[in-house]
Amino acid sequence: MTDWAIAVTPPRWRKWLLAETPQSRLQARLSRAYLSWVAFARNPLAMLGLVIVAILVFCAVFAPWVAPHNPIAGDLGNRLVAPGGEHWLGTDQQGRDIWSRIVYGSRTTLLIIFMVAITAAPVGIVIGATAGYLGGKVEAVLMRLTDAFLAFPKLVLALAFAAALGPGIENAVLAIALTSWPPYARIARAETLTVRGTDYIAAARISGASGMRILIGHIMPMCMPSLIVRVSLDMAGVILIAAGLGFLGLGVAPPQPEWGAMVSEGRSQILEQWWVCTYPGVAIFIVSLGFNLIGDGLRDVLDPREG
Amino acid sequence: MKAALRLILSVATTLLGLLLVTFIIARLLPADPVLAVVGDHASESTIEAARIRLGLDKPILVQFWIYLTNVLQGDLGESVRTGRPIASELARVFPATLELATLGTLIGVVLGVPLGVWAAVRKDTWIDHMVRFFGLIGYSVPIFWLGLMGLLVFYAKLDWLPGPGRLDFGYEEIVTPVTGVMTIDTLIAGDFDLFRNALAHLILPASLLGYFSLAYISRMTRSLMLGQLRQEYILTARVKGVPERRIIWKHAMGNILVPLLTVIALSYGNLLEGSVLTETVFAWRGLGLYITDSIFGQDMPAVLGGTIVVGAIFIVINMLTDVAYRVLDPRAR
Repeated sequence: MTDWAIAVTPPRWRKWLLAETPQSRLQARLSRAYLSWVAFARNPLAMLGLVIVAILVFCAVFAPWVAPHNPIAGDLGNRLVAPGGEHWLGTDQQGRDIWSRIVYGSRTTLLIIFMVAITAAPVGIVIGATAGYLGGKVEAVLMRLTDAFLAFPKLVLALAFAAALGPGIENAVLAIALTSWPPYARIARAETLTVRGTDYIAAARISGASGMRILIGHIMPMCMPSLIVRVSLDMAGVILIAAGLGFLGLGVAPPQPEWGAMVSEGRSQILEQWWVCTYPGVAIFIVSLGFNLIGDGLRDVLDPREG
Repeated sequence: MKAALRLILSVATTLLGLLLVTFIIARLLPADPVLAVVGDHASESTIEAARIRLGLDKPILVQFWIYLTNVLQGDLGESVRTGRPIASELARVFPATLELATLGTLIGVVLGVPLGVWAAVRKDTWIDHMVRFFGLIGYSVPIFWLGLMGLLVFYAKLDWLPGPGRLDFGYEEIVTPVTGVMTIDTLIAGDFDLFRNALAHLILPASLLGYFSLAYISRMTRSLMLGQLRQEYILTARVKGVPERRIIWKHAMGNILVPLLTVIALSYGNLLEGSVLTETVFAWRGLGLYITDSIFGQDMPAVLGGTIVVGAIFIVINMLTDVAYRVLDPRAR
């Protein structure tokens, strides 16, 4: 443990968190979380990732104050201005400030990963938990379906879905979610199999709880922790696929800033005005790296075997 | 024998699933599947003819059956843009993707395996951190953007490499396609200048794909190697005085070879997919560019044809790897 951690943390609740014999379930849980956090915080790269994601969230929330210019209305007199001065990342072919568009684009990125997470994870948990709890033929069919989807190429399938559904942020989210639920179903099934035979499930069943109630109230919550970790590990991949869809014109509708689409807009004049497509790509890279660094740190803490 | 049967069954159901998904995309997602096939500007009679040709007046299950039998006979329909059969167009562009993905994987293996071993041997030193970070960058960078940056630096600024395309402008027509792989075709033609040109065009996109493959392969190699170096037989070998080089490359490598092969095959499948965006940036006339061009041209049958081909290859590679693993590694039997 580092010295500063001891110095800045009030000793009483630190002691409570590190108690050898926790008095309640909450204390035990918090204690475990705290220990993981201490291990995580000792990894400088993981902390860098956390800082990057914090900046992303900050930019998205406070975009109107962070961005110096309007991201959508351009100033045609100021087209393709080189970086420096008032427009420190330059302007694009419609005279829009690139830095402001990147700042507002962070909202799009966050929105997409958030929507994918809340769409794909529930699908995975329902399929996986149902398969694990019911077993038998239902399980065989559902897991066969999961394996089949897992074997499909993600990006190409997302492209086909997005192309059929047409451009737009909801369709992009749907296309990505449709291809990213299978790992969640597998995790949910594995977790369900471990809790299915426990006494408290048996107790719930004896007290007359219906299968649905056991599934939703007692099994699915147990799947949540590992599922949340896995979802956060997948975020970088989701960002890259979303940017790829945007690059191919299958993301957000035009005036709204989206990083992948911004790269593609700057493509035609890359030789003369390199900044137009360079900086949005840097943004995609940094944010995706941030999530990957966090993911790597989490993996080190939670799965020491990979080490 | 039983295992082989189960495997064939599993490949078959997965492929069936893929076709079901593409069928759903083709027939159920668009508001009007006929318009999606004939385009917006078709006349009444064309629409009516297409409706009958597509069998849209029949029940949905019958439609799926017709679709299934067509695809299994190699009939992927006709391209809206060119009017030619999609299957033959895909066959024409496929070698270009194969060339790119193969060289990419080769680069990934040649650099990624030693890097991964190096990182594992020097675990927790700065070498290990550098290799891991280098790999992590590969996981995080958008490939289409890296391609554009590569063109900007090596083509526009430094002028070391030629621009997009598989050969310099205008030359692509004069090479007679034999295999469809440009580097081989130019050699068959006996034109070494063109061969050098083809190679120069190939090197940047292949290196980019190679980097992505390297990121994955080095990471997996490191993790597999670490698993072995912890084992007691390694300790025994060390105690016996076996040279470290031999311990790593002979003893430990021998044990990770089979899982490593799986990793390499998977990365090959991933590169086939990753080539979609790379080809778009490099104007590389392969499967990926065909798919994205078809998206821009609103040519859904062609998009789905490409999806089926990439998907089928991807699935078959996955399954074959699974077989190879079982056959080669006695522990998995």
